[in-house]
Amino acid sequence: MATVRVLVVRAPGTNCDEETMHGWRLAGASPQLLHIERWIERPTLLREFDVLTLPGGFSYGDDIAAGKVFAAGLTGAILDEIRALVERGGGVLGICNGLQVLVKAGLLPGGTIAPDRVTVTYNASGRFEARWVRMKVCRTDCPFLLDTTFTEMPVEHGEGRVVARDETTLAALETGGHVALRYVDAEDRSADDKGRNADIERPAAERDLRTVAYPANPNGSDAAIAGLCDPTGRILGLMPHPDRHLDPTNHPLWTRRPPVDLPDGLRFFKSAVTFWKA
Amino acid sequence: MRTYVTVIVRAREPRFDATAAALLSDVRALGLPHIREIQIDRMYFIKGEVSPETVKALAAAQIVDPVTETFEVVEGLDRRAAGAPAIEVHYLPGVMDPAALTTLRTLRRALAQVGADPRAIDDVRTGRRHVIVGAQSRGELEVVARRLLANDCIERVYLAGFAPEDRLPDRFPEPPQYRFELRRVALRSLDDAGLMKLSREGHLFLSLDEMRAVQAHYAGLKRDPTDLELETLAQTWSEHCVHKTLKSAVEYEGEDFGRPGRVRVRFENLLKDTIVRATREARRDWCLSVFVDNAGVIAFDDDYGVAFKVETHNHPSAIEPYGGAATGVGGCIRDILGCGLGAKPIASTDVFCLAPPDTPADRLPTGVLHPRRVLKGVVAGVRDYGNRMGIPTVNGAIYFDPRYLANPLVFCGCVGLIPRNRIEKAARRGDMIVVAGGRTGRDGIHGATFSSAELESTHVDEFSHAVQIGNAVEEKKVLDALLRARDADGGCLYSAVTDCGAGGLSSAVGEMGAELGAEVDLEKVPLKYSGLRYDEIWISEAQERMVFAVPPSALDRFLAVFAEEEVEAAVIGRFTGDGRLRVRYRGEVVGDLDVHFLHEGLPRSTRRATWTAPPASVVPHAPHVGRATPAADPGSEPGDRHDGAHTRLLDELRSLNVASKEWVIRQYDHEVQGRSVIKPLCGPASGPSDAAVLRPRLDSMRGVALGCGLCPQVSDRDPYWMAVLAVDEALRNVICVGADPEHTAILDNFCFPKCDNEPTLGALVRTCRGAADAAIAYRLPFISGKDSLSNEFSMPPAEAARLGLPQRLAIPPTLLVSAISVIDDVRRCVTMDLKTPGNVVVAASAPVETAGFEAAIALHRKVAALIRFGKVRSAHDVSDGGLLVALAEMCIASNLGLSVDLSGDPWRAMLWEPAPTTYVLEMNEADARSAGLPVVGRVTADAVLAATLGAGKQITWSVAALAQAWRKALSPG
Repeated sequence: MATVRVLVVRAPGTNCDEETMHGWRLAGASPQLLHIERWIERPTLLREFDVLTLPGGFSYGDDIAAGKVFAAGLTGAILDEIRALVERGGGVLGICNGLQVLVKAGLLPGGTIAPDRVTVTYNASGRFEARWVRMKVCRTDCPFLLDTTFTEMPVEHGEGRVVARDETTLAALETGGHVALRYVDAEDRSADDKGRNADIERPAAERDLRTVAYPANPNGSDAAIAGLCDPTGRILGLMPHPDRHLDPTNHPLWTRRPPVDLPDGLRFFKSAVTFWKA
Repeated sequence: MRTYVTVIVRAREPRFDATAAALLSDVRALGLPHIREIQIDRMYFIKGEVSPETVKALAAAQIVDPVTETFEVVEGLDRRAAGAPAIEVHYLPGVMDPAALTTLRTLRRALAQVGADPRAIDDVRTGRRHVIVGAQSRGELEVVARRLLANDCIERVYLAGFAPEDRLPDRFPEPPQYRFELRRVALRSLDDAGLMKLSREGHLFLSLDEMRAVQAHYAGLKRDPTDLELETLAQTWSEHCVHKTLKSAVEYEGEDFGRPGRVRVRFENLLKDTIVRATREARRDWCLSVFVDNAGVIAFDDDYGVAFKVETHNHPSAIEPYGGAATGVGGCIRDILGCGLGAKPIASTDVFCLAPPDTPADRLPTGVLHPRRVLKGVVAGVRDYGNRMGIPTVNGAIYFDPRYLANPLVFCGCVGLIPRNRIEKAARRGDMIVVAGGRTGRDGIHGATFSSAELESTHVDEFSHAVQIGNAVEEKKVLDALLRARDADGGCLYSAVTDCGAGGLSSAVGEMGAELGAEVDLEKVPLKYSGLRYDEIWISEAQERMVFAVPPSALDRFLAVFAEEEVEAAVIGRFTGDGRLRVRYRGEVVGDLDVHFLHEGLPRSTRRATWTAPPASVVPHAPHVGRATPAADPGSEPGDRHDGAHTRLLDELRSLNVASKEWVIRQYDHEVQGRSVIKPLCGPASGPSDAAVLRPRLDSMRGVALGCGLCPQVSDRDPYWMAVLAVDEALRNVICVGADPEHTAILDNFCFPKCDNEPTLGALVRTCRGAADAAIAYRLPFISGKDSLSNEFSMPPAEAARLGLPQRLAIPPTLLVSAISVIDDVRRCVTMDLKTPGNVVVAASAPVETAGFEAAIALHRKVAALIRFGKVRSAHDVSDGGLLVALAEMCIASNLGLSVDLSGDPWRAMLWEPAPTTYVLEMNEADARSAGLPVVGRVTADAVLAATLGAGKQITWSVAALAQAWRKALSPG
């Protein structure tokens, strides 16, 4: 394959399209930007692409609930085309608002988990929160996360808390391989708020739902989930922004560290390009 | 048949309702500890030909979250209350409700998707219900509603659970129908008293001289003006639009400027003779557009310029903090969109001046909102609008002083990136006038002159509202469409653009057609609802609108782009070239003005100004606002010969003007667009950055730094030095991150009480001169500015006496200076957190007030050069709180320690005082010695600040204790 073709779809209120396009370009892909209404007019457009990307932002103002209205547009023929893309080996990436859309459209977590069992909702703090987070990669075969153990990016959201309806669902998320990324603290632990080491090997039912404490887990996500994927690993949605860590000077501590060659966000996009080029 | 259905959505479990949890603690803090629980319901009111079953299916799919929420659907609007104590809040008719608009579109689309008629739904409104479990009386609900939940200038409250229960409306309000009637004002027959009565009661706010000029003009025309003509003149001649005070001739008599003695000076045009002169004398060839456009533009690189504008939105924020601040942000963004042929907004700045949030509630004058509510409201407004626009909020300040109680100041800034070949614009004869964006309603008519009595009325006149609520997504769509039309293949699709802000179409069309003349047909303006009079359409300040001049040949393509971006755009007239501003409504001429009289007919006045220095004894010490009485401090010993220095530093860090603003900053998205290099918080422990740095082009390492200077407390001593020090501080802040003082421009924002008296005008003169003197000395051109000269509040004598406040509550003269600087390579930037144990710390000082401009210039240049050549590891400006606070902040940011000796001169004098033109720099020892700067201490791995302040004795603070004090004052809640 000559180049990886990426379709970046925006809606009114999408606002991270420029940096997401930039990330794909820097990584060597050929991204194309498209308004959701143009796509709805011709759903088969997706057949010319390897990866679909839903960037961050406030589609439709986050009115009703974040991602809800955008997701309502991803029905019928559009949804069929997305499923066909994944079936033929392609990928879907949702960043921030993109994750909210993928979950609300029922594309994540997918597998055996019904769409009304998992959601992304208001931060436990009740506030919008902007800060850098550190994450552990739990799904190392996800095309966006190859050769990555830990990764650092900023979160900037008011509705990023991943919530499972019940313990059974949470356990299914773990056993089904849906947990792609998990918030960790500075010592790389996903410790619970009582300081215990809630390592991810323990059965979900025995674990404190809140796991790692605020602010390492910035929104109070169940099991410190930062990113979800489908059973294939090729649909990934994450709250943190790889598109905001494309240059070493994006990192908040760059003035106190030796220069880095490959910022985490760029590594993320390059990983995907390497995967789909092969 | 048209019926109503109500959808009520609530959280499935309390843990999914963080807003209710936060509200519960606020309610208990009001003195209602018996409130056990609060539950918040979202309500959607739907009008149409749809059955409850259909609505139920629609709600389940389109509105409700199946994991976290449950819902019920009820027929009708006037539900009988369930008996529980509850406060239901609805928007007043006509108030912008973005969620309702989105819901209407979503539900209609869902109907269409299943083959049903989308027009079965007529309209949607929203509301929220707060169930207050444990409330004991209607009075308690009233207190909670008034203090925490609703603002009666945009919302209506319905109380339930106690008799008498408020009756809920049973239908949506109907807008009134409008019958056209041309109205003329009998102006020619009025005497002076009549003219002034008309000026006041017609909300014209013109002086007698100005009213006489208008009268003479119409006497010459042998006719009376229409109401629309008078409104247009009043707006065009308003302080807001033409800066009459700053542009007037002023005879000043009083203290000399920056040196002893008294002088008499005449300024032919105060602004031109000070601020504009400074720009001219700075002779910077990288200034591409100054003072002539909606924003100033400086060169960024060979291809692009950067535009910067800072606006104030004080009065709207005082009345409705959330909406006021949000529309302030929105308005400033539109200034950037309307700069040249349009700049792409890449960063926002926000500065607030407020009264301390711990002001006792019983100290508030009637009609004044509590400062804590103002703070929460303005932060939320900036957050919700800026974040939704996808523009990072990267720099700002919050300054507390009790004198901002009734007049909080809200400054909103925006920076844009603009291709250098898109800076020039001019409407051309024959161009079509196109208004694009949000629809026009009664929002913002006559700004803030409404009275609460009008608003309490349930009459349909409630459609009239001065307060504006923003709809950020509408503006984002305008932004997307505008940039596409600007960058269209084959060239820009329009020849000019401006924002539709204060003064509405009257101001926007009037400005664009100032040379050419224009004709407008008002019935072509898209309206939110029927019933607007022609003059209301003309002056409405409805948000999210831009006005374009589009050549007929490009019109189809222009309209197609806007349609694709789902932005409504309507042709409402054309630029004629005949020098008349002609306004019609359904074919009838409702206004016909000579554009030369409109733009040049304003009589100029000469005003007198005086200023005398206050005796030293009455000048208050720099107010350390919000400093709590210290708790027992284990580190301070009885009889401490350092005068309680240990406790004092902790108190300084706790004081509101020094304390961490992290709670606010983290609610703003400061990284969207991926350009961020230096963020508002820096170091491993989130210290206070001096300025922000970002890369406007993602493919380049060139950057811009943004900083600000603000020291209103110095006004008490001398507004001249207040202005000098604000310029000096703005420059210091950008230099601290690595900016080049030779490529730095500044903006001025004057906020003053009414300048209708000689001493206040004298203070304004001194501020202008101070700003100009500093700008000329430092060669910093002013590129844009704005003034707000009526920030005072008057109250009846009895109330003033009761509160122990003056009858005229005036803000201190306040000048905000914002700096923008271009940086060749952002990889040379530095932050203020300490880096390496073993390095030394030097203090570099040349206080401009005593050392003079020459020494200060040399110091600024030297520090900038040291940073540029990589000799500095961290840099910090000494400002509020003094030298020790600056050192403590560097420790807090890094979790490293410092061992310093400040017992010598000049450090002892600046331990606790803001020290102008003073920097603290971390360097390696050899570099510090060769730079010839005085070493005051050394960085230590041990997280302890150890300072020798006087003979022999060293005081130590653990950095953890310093950090705890610094973070405590301004926290959520």
